[in-house]
Amino acid sequence: MSVKEMTAKEIAQKVIKKEDLFILDVRNQSDFNDWKIEGESIEIFNTPYFDLLDGVEEVMERIPVEKEVVVVCAKEGSSILVADMLSEAGRSVSYLKGGMKAWSEHLEPIKLGDLHDGAEMYQFVRLGKGCLSYMVISNGEAAVIDSTRMTDVYLEFAASKEAKITHVLDTHLHADHISGGRQIAEQTNATYWLPPKDATEVTFAYQALEGGNVVTIGNTAIDIHALYSPGHTIGSTSFVVDEKYLLSGDILFIDSIGRPDLAGLAEDWVGDLRETLYNRYRQLSDELIVLPSHFMIIEELNENGSVGKQLGTLFAENHGLNIKDEKEFRAMVTGNLPPQPNAYQEIRETNMGKMTPDSEKQREMEIGPNRCAVR
Amino acid sequence: MNSDKVLDARGLACPMPIVKTKKAINELETGQVLEVHATDKGAKADLAAWSRSGGHELLESAEENDVFKFWIKKG
Repeated sequence: MSVKEMTAKEIAQKVIKKEDLFILDVRNQSDFNDWKIEGESIEIFNTPYFDLLDGVEEVMERIPVEKEVVVVCAKEGSSILVADMLSEAGRSVSYLKGGMKAWSEHLEPIKLGDLHDGAEMYQFVRLGKGCLSYMVISNGEAAVIDSTRMTDVYLEFAASKEAKITHVLDTHLHADHISGGRQIAEQTNATYWLPPKDATEVTFAYQALEGGNVVTIGNTAIDIHALYSPGHTIGSTSFVVDEKYLLSGDILFIDSIGRPDLAGLAEDWVGDLRETLYNRYRQLSDELIVLPSHFMIIEELNENGSVGKQLGTLFAENHGLNIKDEKEFRAMVTGNLPPQPNAYQEIRETNMGKMTPDSEKQREMEIGPNRCAVR
Repeated sequence: MNSDKVLDARGLACPMPIVKTKKAINELETGQVLEVHATDKGAKADLAAWSRSGGHELLESAEENDVFKFWIKKG
C-alpha cells in the first residue's frame, strides 16, 4: 500500500463538510491533550510515535478499515514513519503534509454575503487555532481586518478578486496570535489603523482608529464605522460594516465573551467589558450579524463553516450576555479564567514591534489553542 | 553530569532523535546513563515522555547555545 499525502486544506474541507475521517495523532500525550484537530465527523486516537517504533500491531485494531485514515504529528516526520509502517502492514493511510504546523496556519476563505452595490464580505477561518479574520471587497478595493501572519493568503486572495488592499485594521492589540496587519500595510501601501489606546507602546507609524471614525472602501463607499468597545483590551474597537455586520473583535464571541486579563488588568477592565456588552452593544440593531475574531469550539461553526450569528440571538442565547448581577459577572470573568495563551506576552511585544522573531520562532509562539474567552 | 555514552543527534529532525536514542539505550546496561544532544525543539517533550513510557529515568536536561542536552538512565 502506498502512503498518500493529505493537505491541511483537505482536512479543513472534511471538517466543514462533515465527512468522516479517522486521525491517528502520534504526538506525545501532553501536546495532544493541549490541542488537536477537531470536527463533528472526526474520530481521533492518540498514540505517541515513540511507542510504535517496535511495531504498529497494537494500534492496528484501533484503526477502522472502513474510514479514511490520516496520521498526524507536529511537523510530519513521525507521521510519515508511522504511515509507512501501517502501509507495510497492509493499510491504506495518508499523513498530514506539514503536520500540526500546517494545520495551525491554514486559512479557509468563506464568503459571508453581499454588501450593497456588489461589494462582498469574506471570512478567513483558521480552523487550527480558532482565529477569524476578514476582508471587505468593494469596487476594486479591499480592507483586511484582524489579519493573521500568513499575509500571502490575503494578498493572493485580493489579487484573485482584482482588488487592491487600501486599508488594514486591527480591532485590538492581539495577545494570542501575531498580526499580519503591519506587514500587509507595508507591502501594499495601505493605511494601517489601530486603536490608539492599545498602541501606546508600538514602535511603528499607524493611523489612530477611534470611535466615530469612518473608513471607506471602494468608490461605492462601503463604510466601516468604528465603535469604541473596551474590555478585552483598553483600546478594543468594534466595527460595523455596511450597517450589516458587527465585527466584535475579542469582546463578544458566539458562545462566550472576551477575557479582560491578557494585559494583566482583569480587575480594571472588567467594568469596561460589562459596559460594552450590556450597554453599548444593547444600543445597536439586533439585526447586525456578529463576526468575532475567534471561535472556541467547533460547534460554533455554521453549516458552511463560517462563524457568525445575529446580535439579537446572542443576547438571547449567550450566557455571558445574560448575567444580571454585576458582582456575579465580575466573579465569572475574573475568577474563572482559563490558562493564558502560549507565549502571550511575547506575542503582544511582537505586535507592538518591540521584538521581531524569525518565522520559525513566530510559528512556535503561536502553537496551541487561542484561549481568549471565558465561558 | 557523568555519562556512559554520548549520542549526537544534533541537526536531526523528529522522529530521528528518538529513534537514535532508543537504539543507543538498547546497547547500554540497566543503570547506565546516556547523554543525548539534540537541536530539534520537539525532542524536549518527546524524550521526557518516551523515557517515562519506556521505564527509563530522565535525570537532567539543559539547554546550551540552542543545543538541548539530556541525561537518561536506562531502566
